[in-house]
Amino acid sequence: MKKIRVLIAKPGLDGHDRGAKVVARGLRDAGMEVIYTGLHQTPEQIAEAAIQEDVDVVGLSCLSGAHMTLFPRVVELLKEKGAGDILVTGGGIVPEEDVPKLKELGIAAVFGPGTPLKEIIDFHEKNARK
Amino acid sequence: MELVDRLLKGDKRAAARLISSVENEDERAAEVLRELYKYTGNTHIIGITGPPGVGKSSLVDRLTRAFRKKGKKVGIVAIDPTSRFTGGAILGDRIRMTELATDEGVFMRSMGTRGHHGGIAKATTEATMVLDAMGMDLVIVETVGAGQSQSEIWECVHTSILVEMPGMGDEIQALKAGILEIGDIFVVNKGDLAGVDQLVKELENVAEYKAMEQKWKPPVHVTIATEDKGTDEVVSSIEDHLGYLKESGEYQKREEERTRGEFTRIVQALLLKKAFAGEKSEKFDQLLKEIIEKKTDPFTAAEKLLEE
Repeated sequence: MKKIRVLIAKPGLDGHDRGAKVVARGLRDAGMEVIYTGLHQTPEQIAEAAIQEDVDVVGLSCLSGAHMTLFPRVVELLKEKGAGDILVTGGGIVPEEDVPKLKELGIAAVFGPGTPLKEIIDFHEKNARK
Repeated sequence: MELVDRLLKGDKRAAARLISSVENEDERAAEVLRELYKYTGNTHIIGITGPPGVGKSSLVDRLTRAFRKKGKKVGIVAIDPTSRFTGGAILGDRIRMTELATDEGVFMRSMGTRGHHGGIAKATTEATMVLDAMGMDLVIVETVGAGQSQSEIWECVHTSILVEMPGMGDEIQALKAGILEIGDIFVVNKGDLAGVDQLVKELENVAEYKAMEQKWKPPVHVTIATEDKGTDEVVSSIEDHLGYLKESGEYQKREEERTRGEFTRIVQALLLKKAFAGEKSEKFDQLLKEIIEKKTDPFTAAEKLLEE
């Protein structure tokens, strides 16, 4: 039986992981396996972990404003390593005008503050590798 | 087989995909494992167990870094519990092993127990085989936080390390059967807390008893994993233990025990799969209903379910 595996990671330097933990918990309660890697991760560490853990989705949380650099870098690294099929999503404090740009750069979805957990769960169930 | 070739060359993505296939009970996995089996048997498998929160993951992190300095390639399988109710899991062992992610010579995989008891996950054995075949010199298996009786790890490894911390119980705990019996090496982590001396003394007593039955007396080490204190002593003991196993002929016996455990688990898994396959699962539900309604008893029903 296939189980959806998700990596939740905090790239960059901010230490606010409440949101990441709430999402991790929500996905867990929806029956998924969630690998939480903790704070202050480099994009390289995240991409490597995603490959070794063979996840379907990488969820990035950033509240420092560095999302335009950090999120696309993870997408890029996954592609370089032949793992471009792993979806990357983002969350945290992302201004609305950045969302289309992030999507252009390969971020599959952006979940800002106040996004209902159900919406995030539905996205994973619908888009994870079959 | 392409996947096997990639794996034998050390391709991490191939290893990761294969472990997932095993976890998901994908038919293809069995085929690949059959092919792979002949390449296994070259790695030193180490088990790390102990209660939740004693610092197992931090210790695995330090031990791995120490072995990397010696040029060894290290595979890690770290297990966390799966929810009985939702099937979901939070796998958090990577938090303590951040630095290892980008190390070329390390492969680290987190696993949920997925309904398996005994401290390891359903696919732990197979994951160990994969890491063995891909050429890891050592494979470290970290169990779920284990209490008193989850000692199944013993039959999966060559060397087992029991990690404890001060303040978790008195002498009588050390007399009980179970997890204490399986330690080849004892580690008292969080060695800066009060009560270390007492715990070391108790574990040394256990070690004395073990030394009456075998030539290997389990050493007791005090560590502070987060500060990298005491790691080198544990590494030396791991190497000494492997030396002891090989010299005493105990290695062969452990391999036999390990293979017995491996074979038993594979047979059990296959039986379970057969018991619930296809229309059997309907039959199971139907029998379950009859048991609940007291129309039959579970013993008769179980026999009936397994009849062809």
